[in-house]
Amino acid sequence: MTGTGEEMEFMRPATWADALAAKAEHPGALPIQGGTDVMVEINFDVRRPEALLDLNRVAELTEWDTSGGRLRVGAGVPYARLIRELGDRLPGLAQAARTVGSPQIRNRGSVGGNLGAASPAGDSHPPLLAGDAVVEAESAARGVRMIPAAEFYLGVKRSALEPDELIRAFWSAPASGPQYFSKIGTRNAMVIAVCSFALALHPEERRVGTGVGSAAPTPRRAPAAEAFASAELDWEGRGPLPDAASRRFGELVADAAAPIDDVRGTAGYRRHALAVMARRTLAWAWNDHRAATPERRAS
Amino acid sequence: MVAPVKSPGHVAAPGIGGVGESAARPDGTLKVAGEFAYASDLWIDGMLWGATLRSPHPRALIRAIDIGPALALPGVRAVLTHEDVPGRAAFGVDGVEDQPVLASGQVRHQGEPVAIVAADHPETARRALELIGVRYEVLEPITDARAVIADPERLKVQDRGGVTRYQPVRVGDVDAARERADVVVSSEFEVGIQDQAFLGPEAGLAIPSEDGGVDLYVSTQWIHNDLKQIAPCLGLPEEKIHMTLAGVGGAFGGREDLSMQIHAAMLALRTGRPVKMSYNRYESFFGHVHRHPALMRYEYGAASDGRLLYADVEIVLDGGAYTSSSLNVVGNAASLGVGPYEIPNIRIDAYGVYTNNPPCGAMRGFGAVQACFAYESMMDRLGEACGLGPVEIRRRNAVSQGSRLATGQVIESPAPLAPMLSRLETMPMPPELDASDPRNLPGGVSQATRGEGVVRGVGYGVGLKNICFSEGFDDLATARVRLEVIGGEATALVHTAAAEVGQGLVTIQAQIARTELGVQRVTIAPADTGVGDAGSSSASRQSYMSGGAVKAACEAVRADLLDLARRSLPEAAHVAGGKIVAASGAVLAAVEDVLGDTVIEHTREYHHRATERMDPVTGQGRSHTQLALCVHRAVVDVDVDLGLVKVVELAAVQDVGRILNRQALEGQIHGGSAQGLGLAVMEEILVTDGLVRNPSFTDYLIPTILDMPPMRLDILEYPDPEAPYGLRGAGEPPTLSSTPAIVAAIRDATGRPLTRVPVRPEHVI
Repeated sequence: MTGTGEEMEFMRPATWADALAAKAEHPGALPIQGGTDVMVEINFDVRRPEALLDLNRVAELTEWDTSGGRLRVGAGVPYARLIRELGDRLPGLAQAARTVGSPQIRNRGSVGGNLGAASPAGDSHPPLLAGDAVVEAESAARGVRMIPAAEFYLGVKRSALEPDELIRAFWSAPASGPQYFSKIGTRNAMVIAVCSFALALHPEERRVGTGVGSAAPTPRRAPAAEAFASAELDWEGRGPLPDAASRRFGELVADAAAPIDDVRGTAGYRRHALAVMARRTLAWAWNDHRAATPERRAS
Repeated sequence: MVAPVKSPGHVAAPGIGGVGESAARPDGTLKVAGEFAYASDLWIDGMLWGATLRSPHPRALIRAIDIGPALALPGVRAVLTHEDVPGRAAFGVDGVEDQPVLASGQVRHQGEPVAIVAADHPETARRALELIGVRYEVLEPITDARAVIADPERLKVQDRGGVTRYQPVRVGDVDAARERADVVVSSEFEVGIQDQAFLGPEAGLAIPSEDGGVDLYVSTQWIHNDLKQIAPCLGLPEEKIHMTLAGVGGAFGGREDLSMQIHAAMLALRTGRPVKMSYNRYESFFGHVHRHPALMRYEYGAASDGRLLYADVEIVLDGGAYTSSSLNVVGNAASLGVGPYEIPNIRIDAYGVYTNNPPCGAMRGFGAVQACFAYESMMDRLGEACGLGPVEIRRRNAVSQGSRLATGQVIESPAPLAPMLSRLETMPMPPELDASDPRNLPGGVSQATRGEGVVRGVGYGVGLKNICFSEGFDDLATARVRLEVIGGEATALVHTAAAEVGQGLVTIQAQIARTELGVQRVTIAPADTGVGDAGSSSASRQSYMSGGAVKAACEAVRADLLDLARRSLPEAAHVAGGKIVAASGAVLAAVEDVLGDTVIEHTREYHHRATERMDPVTGQGRSHTQLALCVHRAVVDVDVDLGLVKVVELAAVQDVGRILNRQALEGQIHGGSAQGLGLAVMEEILVTDGLVRNPSFTDYLIPTILDMPPMRLDILEYPDPEAPYGLRGAGEPPTLSSTPAIVAAIRDATGRPLTRVPVRPEHVI
């Protein structure tokens, strides 16, 4: 560039070790994977990072595996592959991935990028929270650090990541029960969430997991709603879900949110919509669970 | 003159189609393949990049501008302010020159251009903008349009004052009719600011010419009107400015006003170097005018059988700080304020006002869109109050050929509204909701529902739009047609200055030439100022006007060709299939053999029937040339718990007089309906205290393929004897009627009053 005075360094490490070293040396470097978020901010001149750290040559980031019964998914696995290859094991996250942008965006964007941006509206976050996912972060100096999703989000576009850390992968158990993701947009595709909700049943633990998106400064769980539903559901007899219980669950989810009025919607509408999505997804999940033949009777 | 790379060249029109055939677009494959050269692709060696410093404030005094630090930045070649404007300081699209080339002393809307920069690199130009020091004294913006009407002397955003145009319409005695009415309904309505949202942002290239003038390659809608505004501001005679249309990526009215034209030319003239300017998406939201937002009050009275007795209407259109097209937008809103219905007593007060809100001007439907949402909502209310369905209440009050509009103008050509409604009503309905595919549901793959809370609704809308310019404007069109033998084949070259903005005029021109000249090979020359004025690609007028001019020029060429033929073939009567034929149909000779080395060329101007200004007191007058009708039926599925809408189907009946190219026409109806859908359920520039809150496609949403449903079309051909081929302009009418039809359908599903568009989820629940 001519005469700009400040130039942006572009680093392209070939290995994970090189990437960690580069990040340690340039803590201000902004990691870029699919670029679906970073490039928009640069193009709009919202952000001028001192350096870009391109992770696309680090092949292992786009791999996934199982270890000790848990899935370890590389930070750079694009949404399209997540839907195709892990849709049966991480159904909530796959449903969320399907709502991200357009096919082109889903071919590039990844959960790692969503975590890095830590936007309260990121579609990955609610299912990661509901599914008890853990973020694997790493630095050259201190090695690997496992951060539960519920502890990862600290503020609007702020995460628990240290300046010298990179996101390597996320961990999650394969779904042990039904999972659902539901999102509000004022258009029927390609829309940023007005608000979103994820729900996961963990039948073996007799527990309900939740994640609320785009309705507070950070993605968050709805603990009171989780406790209520976990206690209320008839895990033993698989009895029907009383309408009053699903409504109460919806109210508790809405209460967990701290939404604002902005260009995408009002705080009041967000609360209302969360309550509706929460009661609907709980009903879907519970009905799926009831319909599934219990294993102990299968044999 | 060295032409830039990626600048327009001659276009060979493919195929063999004449008028009435669905000839393919000559630029279609290029556009689909991503290879079409848009204005933002223009390039020439050694060019500089221009950039614009814009006001962050909706209203402020400029106390000082310091360009020193910007000029000192290496790579910066020029920094210009209002002091550097060579000629007239302001311009205007419709003859009121109140838009400053660069702000002087005051800024009146957010994004108003204050200074311009040329630099070696676009990034350098942007950095230079940050170095320009502007000291503003911020004033409280004037943003309440109704307050301006109440106190126009005090709430002035500029010297000219508060009200752009007040246009009353007075017919009969509304107060007496109110006494007789069995049924009275009234409501207020609001229309938000819609944006044209064209995909190709404003862009162009200015190249200094050897004679001290400038060559301008720009994406615009009306080359000659640009020229008329640019020349005085540059202090140059029009002959020294040569303009060529660059590739246009959509327009919809948003390119009628100038954007970067004068700025790029000023920078090119100052630096002696070519200068390219290309807005990004964010800047584009500030780089063009939008659709006027409207506040409207309507009261209708009717007899118990539903026949309308009176309409009492107030329409307030907020044009922002400068006049732009507001005068004519107000004229349209007033003259078409009650739509295509017979109403014996009418009182309409239509106002345009100046505020510090975003500037508004031309957009597809132009004043008629806003009124249509209100009057169609009123027809539904009236029907309900009279116990009549939405179709019957409209049919009972529908105009027909011979009816009078609110202006007293008699509709002289066919206006088959009642039969159109009946056809629409009997069209098959779409199948019941199939909830097994989430894409059929409100919210789509966002999976907000699996069918819970989903209620179906049906609504109707009718729209009436004037075609061509109105109120005494002679918006003529010019065409030059040349016939000669090239490479052994008779070839017609069609040259107009008409802007191809995506609507398909380039295709239609070739079809007309083939039909009129009887030859197959047709080439379309780039639109430029080397030929006379074509008028604007707006008001649904180019098939009519430039089409009429091409037809007239072809007829003159054909007459010469036949004269030439008769020298040796006295029985020559027609040209068809590339042959000179006798009245009997016998082939006499090939056109090529008759022509030989002769070149036949003619230029013709085409004018539509004269119109009159509306009377300033009564609003009466024959103000429109041609009127066009479209009717829509919308079927929607609404998630009434979440307020999300899925438009299931749009059906439309439109009278186009004569179909010139069915494929292109259907594209226009689909596109116009989609733009109306956008206004109904999502498209709005949100403004708080004069500041735009969503200047991006992330938050200014336009419909996707999952929002725009399949359409059933019933296209009628009732010829207008005044128009070429009997055609009727077609691009705008569907934009009017789809919006109220969709909102009526949502009302049908939810029972909510929905008096504002776009409808948002929180309005529905």
